[in-house]
Amino acid sequence: MAFVDWLKRRLVVIAGLFTLAYLLLPNVVVTVFSFNDPKGRFNYEWQKFSADAWTDPCGVADLCGSLSLSLQIALWATLGATALGTAIAFALVRYRFRARGAVNSLIFLPMAMPEVVMAASLLTLFLNMGVQLGFWTILIAHIMFCLSFVVTAVKARVMSMDPRLEQAAQDLYAGPFQTFLRVTLPIAAPGIATGALLAFALSFDDFIITNFNAGSTVTFPMFVWGSAQRGTPVQINVIGTAMFVLAVLFVLTSMVISNRRTKHKA
Amino acid sequence: MTTTDNSGDVRLSGISKTYGSFTAVHPLDLTVPQGSFFALLGASGCGKTTTLRMIAGLEEPTGGTVHLGDQDVTRLPPYKRPVNTVFQSYALFPHLDIFENVAFGLRRRGIKGVKKQVDEMLDLVQLGEHARKKPHQLSGGQQQRVAVARALINHPRVLLLDEPLGALDLKLRRQMQLELKRIQTEVGITFVHVTHDQEEAMTMADTVAVMNAGRVEQLGAPADLYENPRTTFVANFLGTSNLIEAEVDAASGDEIVLRAGGGKLSLPSGRCGAPTATGGKVLVGVRPEKISLTHAGDAGAIPAGRNRVTGRIADASFIGVSTQYVVDSPAGTALQVYVQNVDRDTRLVPGAEVVLHWNPAHTFGLDAAQDIQAGVEKVEPQEGVVA
Repeated sequence: MAFVDWLKRRLVVIAGLFTLAYLLLPNVVVTVFSFNDPKGRFNYEWQKFSADAWTDPCGVADLCGSLSLSLQIALWATLGATALGTAIAFALVRYRFRARGAVNSLIFLPMAMPEVVMAASLLTLFLNMGVQLGFWTILIAHIMFCLSFVVTAVKARVMSMDPRLEQAAQDLYAGPFQTFLRVTLPIAAPGIATGALLAFALSFDDFIITNFNAGSTVTFPMFVWGSAQRGTPVQINVIGTAMFVLAVLFVLTSMVISNRRTKHKA
Repeated sequence: MTTTDNSGDVRLSGISKTYGSFTAVHPLDLTVPQGSFFALLGASGCGKTTTLRMIAGLEEPTGGTVHLGDQDVTRLPPYKRPVNTVFQSYALFPHLDIFENVAFGLRRRGIKGVKKQVDEMLDLVQLGEHARKKPHQLSGGQQQRVAVARALINHPRVLLLDEPLGALDLKLRRQMQLELKRIQTEVGITFVHVTHDQEEAMTMADTVAVMNAGRVEQLGAPADLYENPRTTFVANFLGTSNLIEAEVDAASGDEIVLRAGGGKLSLPSGRCGAPTATGGKVLVGVRPEKISLTHAGDAGAIPAGRNRVTGRIADASFIGVSTQYVVDSPAGTALQVYVQNVDRDTRLVPGAEVVLHWNPAHTFGLDAAQDIQAGVEKVEPQEGVVA
């Protein structure tokens, strides 16, 4: 009985720990194997500890080139999708126009549609238009599928905004542009930032749509996929681990900052 | 700070606002003189906030013009009008601290070295030590003062206040009423104040315009409105009135004699806003605190020349400084009488036969064609509702 009671009281914590383990185990494996020194071409069996890959992350041909390309595309796609998505979100919340309802639902289509279908139809479109596949076709595709996520994130924020704040700004001598810059944008900023982060993450690791529309260009996810067929260099684990650590650091920093803010306020 | 110029006059000429088929404000003429504290008083949806927003430029009038002094500002956007607003629930910028909220208007006009002015303004509203806090860290009363400071620092020609005290509890509201009145006297700026709280309007304003259904019912000094209401709406909305249906018996010189419930009542003709043809109907009004209550047994001691109504006490509630009686009489049911608790007559309990009497000079006459119930508050006024 005592054990059952003990379990009852800690059930939530135990379930939480299991979930966390389930989520983090793959990352642990990736990290551990980034310190492996594999025999042969495949990094699937633990041999012995080695930091060689960490000291020479670009030691594999084309790896860092593809990484840099992916980062560039992710950056531009984030900028493009955030700018367009924010504008669309404002238009949808603030203005009543004829096709508003239709746009409101169509904007979710890229989220709902299977990626393969979208990838194939985009390729058909590009081929028919005679566009050279490469950096630009990838970028256009990425902006397209990131848009709906940005719109969703920004829309939620703009909808919850008190319209009187902008009226107050106007009442205090701020013209339309100043009102947008000094009041609307700062208040919508958390929504825009969420949208931008989502866009970056989605663009950086997209494989299916990119693979269809890249031509001979190779992004980082494509490089990983390609090398998985021929042999997996340890450096892939190094890059993967580095990305994971960066993301965790980013989240931790923002948590610390917001914690400090609330503490300061209290 | 007394000025003889009229740059702070607000002049509304034939201003109106319609939304589709709904008329929020009927063509309205109104002049608010420089330096006055003016209140627009009315229930939710009477058009008072719309009128205020048209002065601010946040609402475009359907017809008519808005003048500030001699300047026609009807077509000016809000950010070009020398007018600032204290919004309902304040609309403080949540992402800026108190200092930056107050400095906002100065910065937008490109004024340099705002620190001294902002600090002075924060001291005026006693918030100096909170300059670096965010709005949500302050209490309601403090936020309200920030909103006032943020508007006043721009030295507007007119300060507009849209239910500025609606979100505060009663005690704080009383305190802020005096505070606002003090600030207004100090800075000498024209204040236009929108409220649904008649007590607030009467406490603070020099002039009150009572609005109902998009029209101004009556305009005047608080005491004048209270003593001489010209419509049943004003009589009932401002305080409480006893309205008795009566018939004109005779009108001679400056006295009108009326018949009501078998008795006769006298009304000075100067206080009657209704046609007084013999046999015509008139609503006779008298405020509950003007009436004296005497037990029927002492009726002989009532001096001559007073208006009398006999009745029976239906209810009595003791509320400390006074006792409020409800009296049913042949002239009218549920007449309200407020008696100061100076010498309490223990015979005045429900069921007692009494005589109500008052000085005829306190009687007013209204047109009987109106709704006798207009302006009676059936429920507590709802707060936070856009009027």
